[in-house]
Amino acid sequence: MYLDPDVSHAVKILIVGHFGVGKTTCIGSLSEIEPLRTEEEITEASVGFDDLSGTPDKTTTTVAMDFGRLTLSDTLVLYLFGTPGQERFKEMWEELSRGALGALVLVDPERLHESFPVLDLVERFGLTYAIAVNHFEGTTHYPLDEVREALNLTDETPVVECDVRDENSSAQALITLVKHLMSQLG
Amino acid sequence: MPEGPGQDEELELTSPLVPLFVITNGRALPPDHEYEHTTLVTATGAENGQVAARTLSPEAGQVMDLVADGFLSVAEVAGHTHLPLGVVRILLAQLEEDSLILARTPIPRAERVDRELVSAVLEGLKNRFGA
Ligand SMILES: Nc1nc2c(ncn2[C@@H]2O[C@H](COP(=O)(O)OP(=O)(O)OP(=O)(O)O)[C@@H](O)[C@H]2O)c(=O)[nH]1
Ligand SMILES: [Mg+2]
Repeated sequence: MYLDPDVSHAVKILIVGHFGVGKTTCIGSLSEIEPLRTEEEITEASVGFDDLSGTPDKTTTTVAMDFGRLTLSDTLVLYLFGTPGQERFKEMWEELSRGALGALVLVDPERLHESFPVLDLVERFGLTYAIAVNHFEGTTHYPLDEVREALNLTDETPVVECDVRDENSSAQALITLVKHLMSQLG
Repeated sequence: MPEGPGQDEELELTSPLVPLFVITNGRALPPDHEYEHTTLVTATGAENGQVAARTLSPEAGQVMDLVADGFLSVAEVAGHTHLPLGVVRILLAQLEEDSLILARTPIPRAERVDRELVSAVLEGLKNRFGA
């Protein structure tokens, strides 16, 4: 359960994506510990406006977020945070993106339009990212080039297939992201 | 005393607030950059800590028990104790002030995400999973 006493660096990568795309499954496949969850409070504007002040009503909501851990050496540990991609969670993004190495964006090609708000958040918070296309079986198989085009991605953004239920497939997607991070650092 | 439905409603509304206040001694949340998800914490095992430990709230005691034998991230402390992250951060600030725990910043502030670090991550992943 405990980290190596010599651990000096803890880094994080965000596993992001829209509702039900496979974030929790992906973290479960990769994590060396039983995935854990944090309960975090966010404030959000509730529906409708306060007529008198003209400001949106604020309510506090608790969001559960799951995460996993990978020990990479005696001194280095990597945390993977499953971060929901809805705009209303941007408060959590603000904290989680600080110091994050990058983001693995999970995409369901059957629901591509749901990935636009996610990509918007990733870009707004300045995260370097790679796309992992999670094909659910029984659905149409889309070529990666079509996904790239539909999502309007730059040529250098990596797009890979990934079965998030499979440890190795998830790991290869993560490695693709980290290689991309290296290339971006020049 | 018979309990009317109105009374029940009131209980439901106030009950979550009271324990939070008690658990944290009414402390405010520490600044955002303290006790981030990936900040690592462990018990100091300080002698004078024993005295302070006797006066801890049950939740602070729970946190102390958890980190007694090694380092865990703040997120893991929240995950294992099932306490909200905000509460955990307040408790940790209090425990560090009492010298019961020490916190290790994940990456020294001045240090930017550098190539060497990312390269170590890549090596670690390749060793673990093969590439
Ligand atoms: N058949 C199939 N099912 C999958 C695949 N990936 C995920 N699932 C299932 O899809 C459902 C949603 O996956 P989750 O991992 O919970 O997705 P999530 O992104 O964490 O969802 P939220 O946290 O609710 O946004 C679960 O029932 C998974 O078992 C896949 O590749 N194939
Ligand atoms: Mg999930």
